[in-house]
Amino acid sequence: MYDLIVIGGGPAGLAAACAAWEGGLRSILVVERDKELGGILNQCIHNGFGLHHFKEELTGPEYAGRFVKLLGETGVEVRLDTMVLEVTGDRRVHMVGKSTGYRVEQAKSIVLAMGCRERTRGAIAIPGTRPAGVFTAGAAQRYVNMEGWMPGNRVVILGSGDIGLIMARRMTLEGAKVLACVEVMPYSGGLNRNIVQCLHDYDIPLYLSHTVTDVRGKNRVEQVVVSQVDENRNPIPGTEMVFDCDTLLLSVGLIPENELTRQAGIEIDRRTNGAVVYENMETSLPGVFACGNVCHVHDLVDFVTAESRKAGAAAAQYVLDGGDASAGAVLEVKNGDGVTYTVPQRIRPGRVEKLCGLFFRVNRVCTDSEILVTSGGAQIARFRREHLAPGEMERIDLPRALLDKAAGELTVSIREVKA
Amino acid sequence: MYDVLIIGCGITGAATAFELSKYRLKVGVLERENDVALGSTKANSAILHAGYDPEPGTLMAKLNVRGVELARELCGRLDVPYRPCGSLVLAFSPEERPALEELYRRGVENGVPGLELLDGDQTRLLEPNLSGAVAAALYAPSAAICSPWEYCLALAETAVRNGAELHLSTAVTGMERTGDGWNVHTNRGDLQARFVINAAGVDAAAVHDLAAPHAFDINPARGQYYLLDKGEGDRVGRVIFQCPSAVGKGVLVAPTVHGNLIVGPNSEPVEGNDTSTTGGGLRFVRETAQRSVPSINFRESIRNFAGVRASTGRGDFILERAAPHFIDLAGICSPGLSAAPAVGEYAARLLARDGLALEKKDEFICERRRTRFKELTPEARAALVEREPAFGRVVCRCETVTEGEILEAVHSPIPPVSVDGVKRRVNAGMGRCQGGFCGPRVVDLLARELGVSPREITQDQAGSWLLDRQTKGGQD
Repeated sequence: MYDLIVIGGGPAGLAAACAAWEGGLRSILVVERDKELGGILNQCIHNGFGLHHFKEELTGPEYAGRFVKLLGETGVEVRLDTMVLEVTGDRRVHMVGKSTGYRVEQAKSIVLAMGCRERTRGAIAIPGTRPAGVFTAGAAQRYVNMEGWMPGNRVVILGSGDIGLIMARRMTLEGAKVLACVEVMPYSGGLNRNIVQCLHDYDIPLYLSHTVTDVRGKNRVEQVVVSQVDENRNPIPGTEMVFDCDTLLLSVGLIPENELTRQAGIEIDRRTNGAVVYENMETSLPGVFACGNVCHVHDLVDFVTAESRKAGAAAAQYVLDGGDASAGAVLEVKNGDGVTYTVPQRIRPGRVEKLCGLFFRVNRVCTDSEILVTSGGAQIARFRREHLAPGEMERIDLPRALLDKAAGELTVSIREVKA
Repeated sequence: MYDVLIIGCGITGAATAFELSKYRLKVGVLERENDVALGSTKANSAILHAGYDPEPGTLMAKLNVRGVELARELCGRLDVPYRPCGSLVLAFSPEERPALEELYRRGVENGVPGLELLDGDQTRLLEPNLSGAVAAALYAPSAAICSPWEYCLALAETAVRNGAELHLSTAVTGMERTGDGWNVHTNRGDLQARFVINAAGVDAAAVHDLAAPHAFDINPARGQYYLLDKGEGDRVGRVIFQCPSAVGKGVLVAPTVHGNLIVGPNSEPVEGNDTSTTGGGLRFVRETAQRSVPSINFRESIRNFAGVRASTGRGDFILERAAPHFIDLAGICSPGLSAAPAVGEYAARLLARDGLALEKKDEFICERRRTRFKELTPEARAALVEREPAFGRVVCRCETVTEGEILEAVHSPIPPVSVDGVKRRVNAGMGRCQGGFCGPRVVDLLARELGVSPREITQDQAGSWLLDRQTKGGQD
């Protein structure tokens, strides 16, 4: 019997395990399917990680390394090369590994930190032939940075999410020609700094409001056809551009990896594709917490760390309190105008010490706006922002005193001050 | 000198090789691709039809009913995923009711067991997610679903284990009569055989023309599909058809044996083996399918694909002697998968009629088993990993496929040489992430096991290269 089993040894799992140790738990197991800890950070060899958490600029492996070192100073047990196959409602974890065998372990608490996966060609139904040479950006990143192989030479990138942008630069640095980055929306889904540093600096054109409408080639990609789209995202005939290329990289979104979560019967939010969580990252199943990209897709690992420390600390408290389930009042957090999701989705004001952090995303680019928090139509808080974009997660902090004024629900919405 | 040389190793060629390997014969199979099942066999609806569709008296009718009867036992013995789920043909208005009655009449005449005509409410009781517009349905309990590529592989592997010789990456370029048979030219040299069987699918007319005067054309008809994630897999429990039209059995919605939902196909004439998908074709499939099952969530799509039907103008299979010691198994469009083992039997009879002596072997292997880690109980998994640690490493997380299963495939009678070859054998890469996670790991494993550079490993057929060169500073 473990106090805590953390599923996933990426940034979320590492931070949660460290925080739970600091919180006083002494019987903690981290299960990681890869042969080393660090998760996807290990293939993110570019820099830009850690500006918030460490106040310095690190590469992905360096960022992971800091936490691996911290974890090594604790007594947390780690099982590598081990895959979790099932989590049951009574917190039994089935896992299998080449050297660890098939095991079923009982836990008093669980942190779900499985991360996310990439959306694929099939998910967005790109028409055309099905040759080799269509890769998700992350798979290509693994080939280039981990395996040391170039998966192509003339590249078109669909989607301007951060991984796509990073790979545009990476493929260029390795001698490939990146012909275009194509984005179906009228704005980029990636961080502005990545647009500048990965596209502009290398003269790679970004086609907004465009998409791939045909893939050609029998065995390997030979051409990709790109068309402009109208305001409903439908291709406009006559706008086709043909690119001679051998590779199409897809950076068209990330999906939290919640098969284990669903199997365990935990409530999922259709908007985040992650578990519905309370203010301390607890899911609908008491004693089971979720954090990082398995809960909702983040832009910055620093925020994953912060969120996961919260989850780890809450798991420790849950175990040390002997599984106290006294709920108290619950506020449902609702999406108002301009907001696509919030995390947490539920807040128990009685459990908030001073401040409750609330993450959310907007559905359009806004300038000079106000974030309004209301309850029953009455305004509870208001925050001013000069710039909001779907690609950049927003955060507000709600003081306990304000939460106590709310009843039943909280609605977060955006109001543009000037048109 | 072969007794029989079969050209093409799709489901028809494989079933024929399987059938002939029961006899004391030297059998060879020529396949131009680097693996079996790469044509229409891997891209179709995966349905074993009950057999009410074909016109009574046709070869299609007889062999369909016989084929699915054989498949029931064969799939069990050869460890091919198979589920006898039954099918429904829907009528959306009283005007379509006569069409159902006609199918019912044909079915009874073709010997299809258990057919029933249901009204709309009875139909929705069976399938609650069907449209409220459904007015009536024909229920056929004997229809089944299977894994078509594993069916083909299982038949071909078993033929090989019984002595048949499979020549992959071997394309026929010509042939001429010799005293006692044929001299067949290929890209890898000449092969001699007493009898030649043409099971070349979409290219059957071209192969026919190498041996006999032109007799038929293949008019390829493409069908496009959606494959949806397992969350949609139980949207229906049976194969759901709409009333057939002149161009085929129409757009169906069906569960797959792998737990997904398959939706399609449309039907459109194409040149040759054009299996590209189109925005318009996919839209037609979506809209038509939603007439049957309005709640299908196409956001759960994990793959689109298209396959080509090897149709001819004859409206029936062409199973006949085209020249001395040369037999066509052509025009195998739907219900080709359903009929396959019966087509194999029929081919053996055609050979016998043309003078080939068929003498049964004393020992014929008719068993095949492969490890399916995902389907084992926790106790069986624990014991397996204890014995063989490679079964403890999960390579494909979406489908829970282990390294042990991939190694087993690599040492099977027809080893995979590509990433998709591994997928067809053990399901790695078939799931929701479509190989994004396991792809690089499968490349690595295959390269190691085959003793080649990762660069040699293709996605699928020859030429579908994945890796170009090592990154800066690397050496290959």
